[in-house]
Amino acid sequence: MEKSIEVHNLTVSYHSKPVLWDVDFSLPTGKIIGIVGPNGSGKTTMLKTIMGLMKPDSGYTEIFGEPLDKVRSRVSYVPQRESVDWDFPADVMDVVLMGRYRKNNLFRRISKEDKRVATEALEKVNLLEFAHRQISQLSGGQQQRVFIARSLAQQADIYLMDEPFVGVDAATEDAILQLLQEMKNQGKTVVIVHHDLQTANEYFDHIVLLNTRLVAAGPKDKVFTKELLQEAYGGRLTVLSKLGDLISTEEFPLREPEFKENKPEKE
Amino acid sequence: MDPVFLKVLVGTTLLAASSSVVGAFSYLKGQSLVGDAIAHALLPGVVLAFILGGIRNSSFLILGALISGLLAHYGIGYLENKTKLKSDTAVSLVLSTFFGFGIMLMSYIQRTGQGQQAGLERFLLGKAAAITMQDIYIFSALALVLIIGVGLFYKGFQLMTFNEDFAHAIGLPMPLIRFTFTVLTVLAITIGIQTVGVVLMAALLITPSAAARVWTNSLPAMLALAASFAGVAAIMGTYISSVLPKMPTGPWVVLVLAFFGFSSLLFAPKRGWFSKQRRAKANQRKTIRENVLKLLFQQEEQRGLPALLSIEEIQGIREMRLDRLTSTLKELKNRLLIIDHGGSYGLTELGRGEGRRVVRLHRLWELYLTERLGMAADHIHPQAETMEHVITPEIEELLVKELGNPEVDPHQSPIPYEED
Repeated sequence: MEKSIEVHNLTVSYHSKPVLWDVDFSLPTGKIIGIVGPNGSGKTTMLKTIMGLMKPDSGYTEIFGEPLDKVRSRVSYVPQRESVDWDFPADVMDVVLMGRYRKNNLFRRISKEDKRVATEALEKVNLLEFAHRQISQLSGGQQQRVFIARSLAQQADIYLMDEPFVGVDAATEDAILQLLQEMKNQGKTVVIVHHDLQTANEYFDHIVLLNTRLVAAGPKDKVFTKELLQEAYGGRLTVLSKLGDLISTEEFPLREPEFKENKPEKE
Repeated sequence: MDPVFLKVLVGTTLLAASSSVVGAFSYLKGQSLVGDAIAHALLPGVVLAFILGGIRNSSFLILGALISGLLAHYGIGYLENKTKLKSDTAVSLVLSTFFGFGIMLMSYIQRTGQGQQAGLERFLLGKAAAITMQDIYIFSALALVLIIGVGLFYKGFQLMTFNEDFAHAIGLPMPLIRFTFTVLTVLAITIGIQTVGVVLMAALLITPSAAARVWTNSLPAMLALAASFAGVAAIMGTYISSVLPKMPTGPWVVLVLAFFGFSSLLFAPKRGWFSKQRRAKANQRKTIRENVLKLLFQQEEQRGLPALLSIEEIQGIREMRLDRLTSTLKELKNRLLIIDHGGSYGLTELGRGEGRRVVRLHRLWELYLTERLGMAADHIHPQAETMEHVITPEIEELLVKELGNPEVDPHQSPIPYEED
């Protein structure tokens, strides 16, 4: 089966403190995939690195076997809801239309086609009646659905979502889950960063267990075992985090400058 | 009208309007002070341009200002990224260093007696009246560049301010967008300080947007409104300083802007102070009304129909100021919620429904607090006194569903549903 995402020996640090150490896994297509781990385990960093928002110290990531830049139009990203200021002067439609922005239409006006796609996306998340509501007047669940509608408007093949279930009401949760199933049935791949173990098992087909390093990745029945969960959630990895602190305070370079672990050139 | 005055007027208005459009994005990004820092940091560039260029030449000065401003901008960014300095520290470090260096250069020129020629005083406080015709052409052209630039990059700037990570993720050319924004900001400041000077520049960048924001929730409308506020302020400032002798333009522009800003914060619908006060008052009146209806309904529960109470009896059950109570009763009468039986008041069918609703919400919320939040039954009454006035029909429906159509509250009082 085609790989949707490949993460190869990835090490990423934040303020020179490593948050992901040598993480290596690949994900299937057409599945709902959870990246699961406790707080501070590097889940969001993982997603941001895949999206090119953070630079790895070493290793690389690929989507559909290509570097991100070549497949960007097939990839959609849903940032954490709290990462933006919802008091921004925009209505729901304005935000969903942002999903239609591309490098090659940056200087062009919004087209009728853009509006049509955005309207459809709003319909899918049941927010059509709120199209002209100011975004600060929405509930948390509605704001999350706006972000998902924006992502749908991108018409991508793979969707990376950062904690879409945080702070949403039960109705929104159901709506999102139903939408995910529909997307999966259309052959789309959805990767979701999620911190709640209780629900992870029912939401996802495939799970990546993360705690700074990779604990396990695979179909959920293989990964959701007591031993592996304990490994991921059973307290901080003392030695690893001490080393991380040391590297950060003593200004050690994580790799010597000559060290390169980029993807070997294809012949 | 004096043609010179007219040209100054057009020039200043364009300058103010166009810098405020660019400033709107700094305001939305929460970087109001960066504009202030850059304005100060232009000084060394301007003075150096004067020293090197010799004659007073606007385009040369603008170039100097641009380079100096860009250096300051990237300096701030560098300090923020590469050191652990907080953003405000980085901003003030760069501001003071550049400005200090500029002042040093300036005192050097002034000793050589060229200072007046340079029009450098104008740089600090702005002197729109001293603008020459050549300046006006250049600044008007720059103002057009700003407005066209913002129009062209509208999508990019919008997404950069709202959600930069997303802009990056969809592959927008962020370095180009950021660089353009920086150049436009520095240009806006460069031409803006011709009117109001370095010291007051932040006001020109930020105040129009702060004023415009409370009137609208649409970004294009906000940009247009900010530009209008700035333009009108510029016109009034220029006019005042031309009519009154020895009156400076810049400070007047800023004062007029401040007036717009404060009145917007006071009078704007929804977000304005008065509007908020009005809403609070209306809600207070609603609360009192509902409390009276609730009281009457509870009396009916206890005594059976019909319960007629005099003002004194009502006050005996629930403490209320007499004037508030009488005006509330009058209002309730007008709304046909109660009937006055010669000094004693009883509920109409309409009022009974309302009273029943408030009592129901009160008891539902008490039940929710004990069942879902595990609060003790003797702690819940005060909260329910507030929430009974806040809960909307949709929330009520959710409550009833979540609690499974409960019959009694934690104090074993029945929860009164609509009789149908």
